[in-house]
Amino acid sequence: MQTALLLPETERDQRQRTRIAPQARRVREDRPALGLPLTIRNLRKSFGDNEVLRGIDLHIPAGQFVAIVGKSGCGKSTLLRLIAGLDKIDAGAISFGEAARPEDIRVMFQEPRLLPWARVLSNVEVGLGRDRASLDAHPRAEHALTEVGLADKRDQWPSVLSGGQKQRVALARALVSQPRVLAFDEPLGALDALTRISMQRLLERVWRDQGFTAILVTHDVAEAVALADRVLVIEEGRIAHDVTVHAPRPRERGSVELASLEGSILRHLLSADDRT
Amino acid sequence: MSLIDSLPRVARPLRLPRADGLIQWIVPLAIIVIWQIACVTGLVPTRVLPAPSDVALAGWKLLLSGELVRNIWVSFWRASIGFLIGGSIGFAFGLANGLSQLSAKLTDTTLQMVRNVPHLALIPLVILWFGIDESAKLFLVALGVFFPIYLNTLHGIRTVDPQLIEMGRIYGMSDGELFRRVIFPGALPSIFVGIRFALGIMWLTLIVAETIAASSGLGYMAMQAREFMLIDVVVLSILIYALLGKLADSASRLLERLTLAWHPAFQKR
Ligand SMILES: Nc1ncnc2c1ncn2[C@@H]1O[C@H](COP(=O)(O)OP(=O)(O)OP(=O)(O)O)[C@@H](O)[C@H]1O
Ligand SMILES: [Mg+2]
Repeated sequence: MQTALLLPETERDQRQRTRIAPQARRVREDRPALGLPLTIRNLRKSFGDNEVLRGIDLHIPAGQFVAIVGKSGCGKSTLLRLIAGLDKIDAGAISFGEAARPEDIRVMFQEPRLLPWARVLSNVEVGLGRDRASLDAHPRAEHALTEVGLADKRDQWPSVLSGGQKQRVALARALVSQPRVLAFDEPLGALDALTRISMQRLLERVWRDQGFTAILVTHDVAEAVALADRVLVIEEGRIAHDVTVHAPRPRERGSVELASLEGSILRHLLSADDRT
Repeated sequence: MSLIDSLPRVARPLRLPRADGLIQWIVPLAIIVIWQIACVTGLVPTRVLPAPSDVALAGWKLLLSGELVRNIWVSFWRASIGFLIGGSIGFAFGLANGLSQLSAKLTDTTLQMVRNVPHLALIPLVILWFGIDESAKLFLVALGVFFPIYLNTLHGIRTVDPQLIEMGRIYGMSDGELFRRVIFPGALPSIFVGIRFALGIMWLTLIVAETIAASSGLGYMAMQAREFMLIDVVVLSILIYALLGKLADSASRLLERLTLAWHPAFQKR
């Protein structure tokens, strides 16, 4: 039932995109070079005796879409939380090329984390950070909602939305401050297959429109190769593989090229699993 | 007082649509009719239970003499002031202990100990302290109301979804904003549970306090009537207490419905 309703909705998304495209471009001209580069040097993090990250070295150029995969518990979320500044670094450094404001770096989690007592629009306004009180808070939030195709839900309570819609509101909240780095921790993990695919398209589209640097943690290798410019495999607290995805966009899901790439990454992951 | 008992709103009993407002009065009305018939036919001696008509008549006489209104007003005033005092202190402690570890460490154990003393057991002491003055009743009501509000406010604040709090921090909310936009609204359902409990305790405490130590109020009116064997007035006071209790409960439900409109349990289906 839910999935049946979904396809027309993505069509509508596309129509809305063409309508708002000029505006999106204007926003980009206001702030050129939106994405921030990210450099991580010898990053370490342990919880008690548990050494989770044992020296991560990584450079992500501005505007790149990076996917991080690895088996459960390998420290993907930990890495993301450190990048987002939610936890303290034990050793090493993370730098963003230039001084980043808090609004420049946003995270999206597997749970939408919407305030149940705030209407959809005010939930999006939360994303403005310190600009919440500014005069253009409303139009900006509305614009972000339009971008995820939920403009008509602005006055609803979150509890009446479907899982995919909630996640889109969370995406709008993350986008509304025009972040320069957007980190996703399995944002689509809880969605059904069809909703996932339409959300993946949405993610790719906003990334292309807005040009932020995207870091996507995912369990789904197919998702990683479909969306990312580059897939990182984490094993034993380090980056074990760094795979560049050359396939041109827009990518055709299930194409031979992507499938063989997915297969080789999966083999890496499984062989690591056998060794332990 | 278990918090679990008091969270049933998710599974509200099924209600028939529309007739709603009337249906709930069918049973009380039927009881009154049966009661009247039982009295008139002599099934129940009027020395044991006066007929509803006699009670209504007694109420009418007291209304005319102004005594009824005066006593209701005095009781209502005591209940509200006592509730306000005890409720705000309980709320303040609940907030402080929910938000600050230091404050919780400092006072929570003490408060939990005091809680285990039934507050009505303090009546002799309270009479010694305050006599049968107004302050004695206010003190008892405030004390009785304090704990449910304190406990539920504390519980509400402690159980606000930590993921939402983290979200608020990520999005740069200041402490004040975090409280206003995340913590307080998150604790509100639990605070309302506390308020409803407190309202029950408020009336209970007041009845006991007024029957034991008072020179006005509904409880006093009932005690006076007992001395003169005016059983209809005694029953009248009891009914009025029930009515006031129901009124307070309805008021808090209304407030709840208005402020918790976002809650799935309060949305129109
Ligand atoms: N706050 C914490 N305190 C103690 N240990 C933690 C904490 N957070 C994570 N860990 C530990 O760190 C390790 C990595 O956790 P992390 O959540 O980063 O894994 P993950 O790669 O995201 O796994 P998954 O794919 O299942 O989400 C785990 O062993 C976990 O138990
Ligand atoms: Mg994780």
